[in-house]
This record gives sequence, structure tokens and C-alpha cells, in this order.
Amino acid sequence: MSETVGAEAVREDVPTTSDAVDAPLLEVDGLRKEFGGVTAVDGASFRVAPGSFTGLIGPNGAGKSTTFNCITGIHDPTGGTVRFDGTDVTGLPPYTLAQRGLVRTFQIARELSEMTVLENVMLAPPEQSGESALHSVLPGLRDDVQTAEREVVEDAWATLEFFEIDHLAHENAGSLSGGQRKLLEMARVLSTDPEMVLLDEPLAGVNPTLEEKLLDRIDTLRQDGLTFLLVEHDMDVIMSHCEHIIVMHQGQVLAEGDADTIQSDDRVLEAYLGGDV
Amino acid sequence: MSATENVREQLESLPDYGLVALFLAGIWLILTVLAFAVGGPQAPNLAAGFIGSVTVLLGAYAILTLALNLQWGYTGLFNIGVAGFMAVGAYTTAILTAPANPEAGAVAGFGLPLWVGIPGGMLMAAIVGGLAALPALRLRADYLAIVTVALSEIIRLFVNWNGVAELSLFGVEFGTGGATGISFESPSAVVAGVVNGVGSPLVSAANGLGVSGPNVVNIVYGLTLLAVVGGSYWVLSRLVNSPFGRVLKAIREDEQVTQSLGKDTRLFKIKAFMIGCALMGLAGVLFRGSAGYISPAQFRPTITFYVFAALIIGGSGSNTGSILGAATFSALLFYLPARLGEFFPSLRGQAPGNIIEAIAGLGSLDPGPLVAYTVSNVSTLRFVLIGVVLIYIIQNRPQGLLGHRNEPAASVGLSRPRAADGGGDDE
Repeated sequence: MSETVGAEAVREDVPTTSDAVDAPLLEVDGLRKEFGGVTAVDGASFRVAPGSFTGLIGPNGAGKSTTFNCITGIHDPTGGTVRFDGTDVTGLPPYTLAQRGLVRTFQIARELSEMTVLENVMLAPPEQSGESALHSVLPGLRDDVQTAEREVVEDAWATLEFFEIDHLAHENAGSLSGGQRKLLEMARVLSTDPEMVLLDEPLAGVNPTLEEKLLDRIDTLRQDGLTFLLVEHDMDVIMSHCEHIIVMHQGQVLAEGDADTIQSDDRVLEAYLGGDV
Repeated sequence: MSATENVREQLESLPDYGLVALFLAGIWLILTVLAFAVGGPQAPNLAAGFIGSVTVLLGAYAILTLALNLQWGYTGLFNIGVAGFMAVGAYTTAILTAPANPEAGAVAGFGLPLWVGIPGGMLMAAIVGGLAALPALRLRADYLAIVTVALSEIIRLFVNWNGVAELSLFGVEFGTGGATGISFESPSAVVAGVVNGVGSPLVSAANGLGVSGPNVVNIVYGLTLLAVVGGSYWVLSRLVNSPFGRVLKAIREDEQVTQSLGKDTRLFKIKAFMIGCALMGLAGVLFRGSAGYISPAQFRPTITFYVFAALIIGGSGSNTGSILGAATFSALLFYLPARLGEFFPSLRGQAPGNIIEAIAGLGSLDPGPLVAYTVSNVSTLRFVLIGVVLIYIIQNRPQGLLGHRNEPAASVGLSRPRAADGGGDDE
């Protein structure tokens, strides 16, 4: 991929930066998040190129999930800025970000358990006219709602087929297995018609066959122009699928680059082996 | 065992309106049988009285339970201030419709007709609900509970306050009447006017059967409430079987996820809360204010817990379940035991004075005193019965009568739209 930072060019100045990305879709600059006395994210800065599959790794407690939470509006950052698609989105609520095309999945799949699998997916499409109370009640307006709804149903079935969970459509989401919940979570988030998806450990607890399937899906979707930022502990997946990798340690970006750069970086190895940097 | 399974299966195959109609008919039948068992020559009139009262009670509880189901059952908004919103609706209607120039000693109002007063009451209940919800909706569910239960008591104590009993603002006289209450245009008197006017042949026919005029009016008033229940049910089912309802359910399940999917959940919560409060206000007028008189004592928090009991019995999250729960609670657990106690006076004479004596009888293997004691105190002991039923349901059937049903929130059918190409629908 052309937007990937060239490994040779920046090798002598680790950490590499992603400044080489000219028009980043997501730009995090000096992000800080403190919880009481604990600084979870301590001035992290990085850029994500449009259409890329970027990996975010780091040892436990490196601040990956908090960074995700700050980007997607779950937490209000203590300092720093987040720019998405050219505009400052720092501290905006999750629904505004989602409406602009920046969505996320959760580390532990959070299915809406007392709703069916199909309902879970049908919830996601944006700007449904029937989300207005008046439209769904008044006789004349409800006809339009139903017309739109038929399309939503059709798309939802297609999405479920894509993720091969269509046979579970009428089951309550709470009765799915762990891996199926991960699939449902992906299906749901993709139904919001996003531009960029932040995946928080989408493969944790997923068996290898399903894992391959999910990664295939992600590849297919990238062909359609979607951008993915992935937090994952499975190094094989990160090294073989992500063309750009960001390593976080103690709340800061420790290193950046492609798989080769990262694998040959002593400081990354040290961080993972528990040494002090 | 299999026989009850069979009955349950047959009941579940009924359409919802059939189930509700069957329930109602069953309740009316039980009360008619009771009336004929104890009434003697007065039986038809007694039966009519029973049916009228139970229908009014049931209709009122059904409206309240439907409203709470929208808030709690669907959206997960823990509103324990039902009584307060009923009071807001009832008092607003009362102040709007109380005569402008009342008799001496009564409180003045704006003298508007009831068809202005009732929507006014609903609107005010919705507004107060919205105001209460605004700060609380940003917080977790338990804070909304604290805010609403406190608000409902504040409202009751406020209308009870002497300082607002009679006010004069810009030369307009009005007030809440304080602890003595306020009289206004009676909804049941309006119904009575229609019954005694257009419906006079019906009344004389009923008189021929030995049923008194007031009892006919009461039955018609009960049926009017059932019509309001039908209307509310119609609106609420459309409301929840839609993308709107889907978002409400999603909020109940996990609000943060719903927000992450691009839904501004605050708006949805406020709308659901206000619609529910408006219905509670309506029930406040039609139920507590049916006779054209309300006082603060009618809006104690106990009624809130009755409505919760009805919803838990019926199955939260199901509108039909809400109606069945309201019917079970109000007719079978609340109304019927009281009537049973009243009409078995033969046992009363020998009933012991307290529970110790009643249980002491068991020592000599004589259950008589306990039975007599139970029957004579049944109108108090029914609360024990309600508690036992609630505990049983929460332990053995936490989803209530109909809460187990899978009722997806959508405005259209959800079957696979085209002929399946990758496997059958037969699963």
C-alpha cells in the first residue's frame, strides 16, 4: 500500500511517525487521559490513512482501549485533539461520531441480548424515518416508515448472510455463542454505513476458522474503501494483515511502522518482555 | 401437567385481542357467579355493581400499566413516581375545569370544558415528566428512580399545601383546594348524561332486570375506560413496533452501544418518558377523578407499586401482557378478595380477634378459627396474597405472563425477503 510508511527511510529515527500520511482520515494529536492520579494515555499521537488496515498493539495497560474510548467519545480526553476526516471531533458524543462515519466495536461483545439477531442489525442503519415517534404512529406517515423498513429488513438479511449468521436471525442475541456474538457485533457496526471502524480485540475468543472468516470479511470490506483500526493481541494476525502498526507503551506511542520495522525494534521487544525503557 | 400444558398452548395460539376478551369475560363471569351466590333477590343489581366497579378499576390499571411498560418495560426507565404524574394530570384537569364561580366554600377554577381539561392535564403531566427527566436522564437508571419517587411526594405535598389552596393571580382565582381537595366537572357525570339521555331505553331495560341506573352508568363508564385502553394500546403498539421502539429496546439493553451505533439516546428517552407520563396523567383524571373530586390523599405512592406489581405479573416489555397483568392484579388480587370477605358474614361471627388465636386452633387440629380469621380479614390479607403472587412470579416466571414472547420491534414482517438461495427457511 502506497500510504504505508517506508521502513528503510525512517529506520534510524525510531519511533517512526506517520507524518508521511498526507491526508489522514483519523489524526490523534497529543491525546491525554487521566483517571484521578493515573495517566492512562500520556500524549499519544498517530495518524491513520484512509483505506488502511492499521494495527494498534502494546502490552496490557498500555492505554490502547482508553485511546479507543477517547477517540469514540466514550471518554472525554483530558487533553489533546482528535481529528476525523479533516474536522476536530475531540470530545464529541459517540452518536455524533457514528453519524459522521466513525464507529467501534467493544472488547467484550455487547450484544443487545433480549433482542433478536435481526433486530440487533436492523437497529443500526442511520436516518430511519420510523425513529420519529410521530412517523411511526400517524396513519399516513407510517406507510413511508413501512416502505423504508422493508428495505432495512432486506439489507439486514443480506448482512447476516454475509456473516453467515442468518440461520440465527430470529434467536435472541443473548443465546449466541461467543464467536457468533463477535460476528453479530461486526455485522451491526457495518450496518451503520461507516467510513472507519475501530475494532477492539475482535478476534479474542474466536476459533481459528472463524478468525480466518472475519479477516476475509475485513479484507473484502477494505476493497470497498473502509478503513480499519485494530487492537489485537494476536501478533501473527497483526504482522500478517496490518500494513501499518502502532505500538503503545505506558500511554505513549513507542514505535510505528510496518511489520518488519516493528519486529526488529528493540524497544518494542523490551516493552513486551517487561523491561524498562 | 400435560393438561395444563395443553390449555396453555391453546391460550397462546389465540390472537391477542381474543386472549384479553377471554380474560375479561372470565372476570365478569366470576363476579356474576359470586353475586348470584350471595345476592338473593338483589343479585342482578349486585352483579352489575361488581362488573361496573371492576371494569373501571381494570381499565384504569391497564392504562397505567401500558404507560409504565413504555417507560420501564421498553426503555428501562425506572419511574417510581407514577402517582405523582397521575396527580399532575388530575390536578391540572381539575383546575382547568372547576367552575369559575363556584358555590360558597369551593375552590374556583377556569371553568373550561372537560375536552379541553383532559388534554391539558395530559400535556402538563408530559411537561413535568420531561422536566424531571432532563437532568436525571443523563444519569444512571437508579438516579431517575430517586428523582421520580421524590418528585411524586413533592407534588402530593405541594397540592396539599395550604398556600396554594386558593390563589389569586392577576385577578384570576384558582387553587388546588389543599387538603380538602377540589371539585370539578365529573367525567362520569358526562358519561351519565349520555347514558340517561341517548341511552335512556337501555336504562329502563336495565331497570326492568332490577339493575339500578347508577350501576348502568358505572358499567358504561368502565366500558369507556376500556375504549381508552384500546386507543392507548393502538398508539403504543404502533409506537413500539417501529424503528423508534427498536431504539427504546436497545437503550434498555445497553445505552452505550446504542449511542455507539449513532442514536442520540437522550431524545428517545425523553420522548418515551413524556408519552408515558401523559398517559399516567390521563389515568389520574379518569380513575381518581372519575367522580369529579380529587384530594392529595388519592395520590399516595402505594399506587405506583401496584402498577409495578401489575406490570411484573403481566410481563414487562409486552403491551398485551400489561393489560393481562393489570386485569390479574386489579380484578383477581385486589377487587375479588375484598368482595369475598364482605360476603361471607356467616363465618365472621366466630372469627377470632387476632392471628394468635387463629393459629392456636391448629394445635387442636381445628382449622376453623384460621379459616374464619382469614376470610374476615381478607381485605387486609389480600396484600399478603399480592406479595406471595409476586414472589412466586419472580422466582418461577420472572418474565411474567407474556414477557417470554419474542416480540421484535419492527413495522413489517421479518421473514427472509426473497426465496432463500443458500439454505431453507425451515429452521
